[in-house]
Amino acid sequence: MPLLEVSNLKKSYAAPDGGTHVVVDVPDFKLVAQAQVALSGESGSGKTTFLNLIAGILAPDTGSIKLNGQELAGLRESARDRIRATTIGYIFQTFNLLQGYTALENVLLGMSFGPGADREFAKALLKRVGLEAKLNHLPRQLSTGQQQRVAVARALANRPKLVLADEPTGNLDHTNAGESLKLIREACRENGAALLLVSHDREVLGQFESVQELAKLNRAAMQPT
Amino acid sequence: MTLPLIVAKSLRQHLLSTVVTAASIALAGGLLMAVWVVKTQSNDAFTKQNAGFDAVLGARSAKLQLVLNAIFHLEASPGNLPWADYEDISTNAAVALALPIAVGDNYHGYRLVGTTTNLFAVEHRPGRKFRVAEGEPFLAGYMEAVLGSFAAQQLKLKVGDKFHPFHGLIFDEKQQHAETYVVTGILEPSNTPADRVIWIPLEGIQNMKGHDAKSAAEISAVLVKLKNPIAGRGLELMYNKQGNRLTFAWPIAQVVAELFGKIAWFDRVLALVAWLVAAVATGSVLASIYNSMNERRRDIAILRALGARAHTIFLAVVMECAAIAVLGMVAAFAVYLGITTVAAGIIRAETGVVLEPFAWQPIFAWVPLTMIGLSALAGVVPALKAYRTNVAENLVPVS
Ligand SMILES: Nc1ncnc2c1ncn2[C@@H]1O[C@H](COP(=O)(O)OP(=O)(O)OP(=O)(O)O)[C@@H](O)[C@H]1O
Ligand SMILES: [Mg+2]
Repeated sequence: MPLLEVSNLKKSYAAPDGGTHVVVDVPDFKLVAQAQVALSGESGSGKTTFLNLIAGILAPDTGSIKLNGQELAGLRESARDRIRATTIGYIFQTFNLLQGYTALENVLLGMSFGPGADREFAKALLKRVGLEAKLNHLPRQLSTGQQQRVAVARALANRPKLVLADEPTGNLDHTNAGESLKLIREACRENGAALLLVSHDREVLGQFESVQELAKLNRAAMQPT
Repeated sequence: MTLPLIVAKSLRQHLLSTVVTAASIALAGGLLMAVWVVKTQSNDAFTKQNAGFDAVLGARSAKLQLVLNAIFHLEASPGNLPWADYEDISTNAAVALALPIAVGDNYHGYRLVGTTTNLFAVEHRPGRKFRVAEGEPFLAGYMEAVLGSFAAQQLKLKVGDKFHPFHGLIFDEKQQHAETYVVTGILEPSNTPADRVIWIPLEGIQNMKGHDAKSAAEISAVLVKLKNPIAGRGLELMYNKQGNRLTFAWPIAQVVAELFGKIAWFDRVLALVAWLVAAVATGSVLASIYNSMNERRRDIAILRALGARAHTIFLAVVMECAAIAVLGMVAAFAVYLGITTVAAGIIRAETGVVLEPFAWQPIFAWVPLTMIGLSALAGVVPALKAYRTNVAENLVPVS
């Protein structure tokens, strides 16, 4: 049984002209446990929307998302929140660290809503990403690359089955981007989490054995806009 | 553990508005408690206050003026009555003790009240007589004075000190008498208006140079203690209904209660002001949290992306508002003590009645609970906004 199974997934938004604008229309997508897959797609092709649907942040119009054997589509928001808290880690292009919280507190919040806070594990994760000396630093006291590493540690904090990464290296320079990507992939592997990464960066995509084009998966992305 | 952390972080991140709104809660809560305590305690203290007497007999006048003058040593004397009236009432079978007083002089604003040594037989509280704590009682016919404890303290007079009284009830430095009085004693504090009085022998006031010659045989009022308080009804009938020359003010508590009835509107205005301040304070909590919602949207979206449920966010905002009220109410007790200490000081100096701001009041529980409850309730408005925050749209920085 695959970890993630998406079928006939549709999401549309109200268009300014009063009609609807279909953004995601994915007939079929699967991901097995601990796999690492990259999705490529141009800007506006629905990458973020697709990840937000899988994370349960957005509710689909129709279709099915089975995560770890559980159907997300029909669930109430709070139930989707619960699943996100326990089985999903999310890495954002803009890191989305909480500015008022230290590196350690950010990582602790990554587990608080799911398995519960575990200081030792949080410290171990920060040590793993090379930040054992920066536990009590606020995000603004860290470099961009260090902030990204806090975000990686936070995404793994709830011991997720699946890590979603939305252009995780988009805000980093060339060298940092390469190292960061390596870290994300290794850390996911070590923690037994599958990785679904979306990007339009050829260089990033080139690192993955398995790359799928969203343009092919997503019928909505092919429609002329 | 997570919710308190989120609340504490948010309070710290918005430190300035936390402090300002908590301060407005402190002011409102302190004011509410102070207004209430000063009102109830003074009502209580004044109506219970009779310095050990049941009634006052004086010239025909309003009962309230008679009581204010003879018991509280405030206001002007409504006029004199002949010595014979004192002799009459003091021998009445219903009367346990009658104390004639004469007023008309002061020393730096503190009244000289002429009376007899019967003063020292009065129980101002059951089992507690007016007792000379230092020195000795005055002797009838001598120019000697026994000071109430508060008057002695304020005038810095000690046993053995000499002073010249001034004419009139209101201090006027041009009106000094030539007579020299010597302080022979200081009363133990009684927490009654007697603490503010300079007690001298009756003849002293009556014979002070420059006083009307006919006043030598007159007194200002007679303070009456009855054997059985019910007997006051008969005396009241006799003096007030059958006679038309004198007024018998009885019972004292009822006369004072009428005064509070007359100024009840003032209490109500004060209470209204205090409640308005409380409403404005809770409104300011609502407004400041609501206004900061725009800058909080991203943080809320991030917390939601980490798995926080919408109702957890709702609760965090409500708790933050309640926490501001908790902080404010801690400071409110300082505001309360500040206001009541000043108010109690003024009331004591002006009337001799002692309030106790430190005494436990149920209001110390229910005002904080009300303010915290109101703030939490006010927090529902911004909390709803937080609850509805669109996660997907706010995960990206606003450009
Ligand atoms: N809340 C929304 N309301 C209306 N339209 C939206 C909304 N969110 C996204 N869209 C539209 O959906 C489409 C896909 O957006 P999405 O953010 O998923 O693209 P993306 O592939 O992640 O792009 P990028 O690479 O620029 O991040 C875009 O055309 C966008 O305008
Ligand atoms: Mg995107």
